[in-house]
Amino acid sequence: MTTLSVETLETAEAAEAAAQSVTVELRVDGAWVGVCKLGQLTPGRGAAALLPDGRQVAVFRDRGGALHAIANQDPFTGAYVLSRGLLGSAAGRPYVASPLLKQRFDLATGQCLDDENVTVAAYRTRMRRE
Amino acid sequence: MTFMTAAANPPTIVLIGHGMVGHRFLEALAERRVPDRARVVVLCEEPRPAYDRVQLTSYFSGRTPDELSLVAEDFMARHGIELHIGDPATSIDRAARTVTARSGLTITYDTLVLATGSYPFVPPVPGKDAEGCFVYRTIEDLLAIEEYAAGSRTGAVVGGGLLGLEAAGALKGLGLATHVVEFAPRLMPVQVDEGGGEALRRTIEKMGVEVHTGVGTQEIVTGEGGSVIAMNLSDGSVLDTDLVVFSAGVRPRDQLARECGLPVGERGGIVVDEWCRTPEDERVYAIGECALAADGRVYGLVAPGYDMAVAAAQAIAGEAGGSFTGADTSTKLKLLGVDVASFGDAHGTTPGCLDVHYCDSRSGIYKKLVIAEDGTLLGGVLVGDADAYGMLRPLTGSIPPLAPEQLVLPSGAAAPAALGPSALPDDAVICNCHNVTKGTIRAAVTEHECTTVPQVKKCTKAGSGCGSCVKVLTTLVNEELKAGGITVEAGLCGCFSHTRAELYEIVRALRITSYADLLDRHGRQEARGGEGCEICKPTVASIIASLAPTIGAGGYVLDGEQASLQDTNDHFLANLQKNGSYSIVPRIPGGEITPEKLIVIGEVARDFGLYTKITGGQRIDMFGARVDQLPLIWARLVDAGFESGHAYGKALRTVKSCVGQTWCRYGVQDSVKMAIDLELRYRGLRSPHKLKSAVSGCARECAEARGKDFGVIATSHGWNLYVGGNGGADPRHADLLAQDLSDAELVRLIDRFLMFYIRTADRLERTSAWLERIDGGLEHVRDVVVHDSLGICDELEALMADHVANYRDEWAQTLNDPDRLRRFVSFVNAPDAPDPSVCFTPERDQIKPDLEILAGPTLPVRTLEGTPSA
Repeated sequence: MTTLSVETLETAEAAEAAAQSVTVELRVDGAWVGVCKLGQLTPGRGAAALLPDGRQVAVFRDRGGALHAIANQDPFTGAYVLSRGLLGSAAGRPYVASPLLKQRFDLATGQCLDDENVTVAAYRTRMRRE
Repeated sequence: MTFMTAAANPPTIVLIGHGMVGHRFLEALAERRVPDRARVVVLCEEPRPAYDRVQLTSYFSGRTPDELSLVAEDFMARHGIELHIGDPATSIDRAARTVTARSGLTITYDTLVLATGSYPFVPPVPGKDAEGCFVYRTIEDLLAIEEYAAGSRTGAVVGGGLLGLEAAGALKGLGLATHVVEFAPRLMPVQVDEGGGEALRRTIEKMGVEVHTGVGTQEIVTGEGGSVIAMNLSDGSVLDTDLVVFSAGVRPRDQLARECGLPVGERGGIVVDEWCRTPEDERVYAIGECALAADGRVYGLVAPGYDMAVAAAQAIAGEAGGSFTGADTSTKLKLLGVDVASFGDAHGTTPGCLDVHYCDSRSGIYKKLVIAEDGTLLGGVLVGDADAYGMLRPLTGSIPPLAPEQLVLPSGAAAPAALGPSALPDDAVICNCHNVTKGTIRAAVTEHECTTVPQVKKCTKAGSGCGSCVKVLTTLVNEELKAGGITVEAGLCGCFSHTRAELYEIVRALRITSYADLLDRHGRQEARGGEGCEICKPTVASIIASLAPTIGAGGYVLDGEQASLQDTNDHFLANLQKNGSYSIVPRIPGGEITPEKLIVIGEVARDFGLYTKITGGQRIDMFGARVDQLPLIWARLVDAGFESGHAYGKALRTVKSCVGQTWCRYGVQDSVKMAIDLELRYRGLRSPHKLKSAVSGCARECAEARGKDFGVIATSHGWNLYVGGNGGADPRHADLLAQDLSDAELVRLIDRFLMFYIRTADRLERTSAWLERIDGGLEHVRDVVVHDSLGICDELEALMADHVANYRDEWAQTLNDPDRLRRFVSFVNAPDAPDPSVCFTPERDQIKPDLEILAGPTLPVRTLEGTPSA
């Protein structure tokens, strides 16, 4: 999925410096859209980003450095808060737990792990060096 | 039965009475598909179909008559049953096989079932029919009492039995000054003995119900308008009252049976055999409270009534096997909030029996066990604390594996070898409501592959009735799983097989300051190198924060890796609300605040358009801030001298106080100063769950300190320290840990207590649950923190000293650092754009979340390729 790994760089500091020059991009309606610098994402956490058409996405950088993006709206409450959930992994697949009522969503597919009938949109991601 | 073969003209079954037992009978018929081949007609006297009479009093806690109904909406239609509401049967002609109802309707029956229940017994005292006299049996009675009570101030209940106390609860619920008059020398004379009655009396009187025992009602005195004004009692006293409820027992309604020549018992009750059939006429049955069962007893409880309903339905359906020969009258109930249980030979009538008592009049607890000479448990009475009922009732009739005195001691004081459900024989009935034995529950695990309590409940029905057996059921299921080699997980989560207390020890001993380190070195094999999960991340973050100064971790909870471990509340140092906005609670130590600071809070709330509310902990909560507003709001608050209130953290919240000696004429110590000192000492302390405290300036306890994790109550000699209290869903009064302490002694004990709790509690385990769970309970905690039995008190005190010395206000630290402020934006790519989904609408001159905007149409779901999905 990712086109570049920053984990091979020598030191954490160098990695963070490099991360400032790497743009996080999402595949939206057939085109790649840049949303932020890699360095703006805390490993293990998410951030909300606004798409040009007003949609909200939750972008995550996991512990291993991989990027994920799903819709920011929590389908169980309607609130736009999924970016503020905690990350976890189950059977090697990363998920986010909604900060409101704790339902978990697979970050790769948007599938809710606690209710098979619920899915949120998932977006492809990549990193692009300036 | 004759009608089973009838074809062209289906036989007719007539049921007289549609109460709880009558309806259970209809259900039992329907379960056997009898209505498919017979005409079923029901005559119901009351203006509504069957409802839950047992729960009548719950009307006053908000249940409507409709919610009390027992009849599914389409039940009658689905089974083709004819229900005649408000049309009671008035006569039976057995020769013609007809029943006539008040409306004149006459039905010819092939089978007749009487389920007429009972009527309230009203003692024949002068004035008993005056205006303002009531009985308590039906919803209509209750509505009439409610209407009359609106113009009354005092109410008296004649009868201190089960129903009388229910009625007293109802009168209290209506806001009347309530009296109970019982002829017997004690309350609930049928179920409990003298000691139990005394315990019950004390507790009920504490609630403000006045109890008069050993006196009869001689006359109801009426005023000029003919309505009740007083009662003359047999001891010569006069009780002024506006309203009288007779609840002095019930009598079987057997009038219809008498009039058509069916035999009734000496003290009433239609005589039936073990199939609930009248011996005189095999077409006529009687069930429930109107019947005199085959064992010569009239049962006034619903469970035996249900058993009779099923037995009769089985006989009518031609099924073999079913019969009713008697029932266990063991009961456990809550009257006016007091647990009362009675089982087996509660009154010790077995010749040669002995008994064991435990009585704690301070807490209103009374327990008695009746034991045979050989040690067999025969029965007992429990008042105030009936937790042991679930274990004791199934043991009745056997020799318990523990000495009887150990069975009645409270859990804290009992010998360590507490009695577990494993000691029960397989044929012991665990769930009395559904008659499920221990053997059946074990089989659910071993043969039906149930692995959780909910699965076992579904499979066996155990625990789905009154619920009193769920505790025992859970232990049994876990033991059975363990025996079967299925591990009952004690570990924190899927990532760690350690408990929280074990992780605390690992972090402390090895000075581990990183979650990733801990996961990769001590996590489960399969979790190492992974992401972790939402359960262990905040738990480990909290442990590291509690130990930070001691293990050399950074003191700011959002630096470095810690930032990724915190729940959103800790991450934004504010409390997430349902629409994605946050609320803010500045610390107001001890609830003391200057007018200037109050004005600042008012101005900030006004300027940012926040909703304000006073909290239960004597602080002010401001709601409706967006993440990007949090630093702006806090800049104003910090400037005015406020600091974080940690309402967002599993940490010390508030130390509430009463006004104390300084102003109050009763106060004996300066409770406000002590509360402020304690709050400033423990502010910011991260713990397994939130911590609440209070300080009261005298024994009147206006600060409600005994409902707190640690509560302090002033005495004329110093302070009493109480621990393990809780409000909320599972209230518990705190226990006295030590008394008459000096200021310094008090602080030292709290230091030790809190650090010992933080060290040994489970994740999200409040002090109340911890104190109940920890081996040895309160005594053990007292040994450790007062008598230093483990020799760790120096260490506990040193840990707290580290915490106090290193405390910094998180919001001041955040505002001083541009890097730390970066996270407070709604959108990473549009830092100046407010989140348009966080909207508000007006309500009572303030704002509330606009949830409509969140419920609006969601945007189309797109596939990974970014094209609309089909």
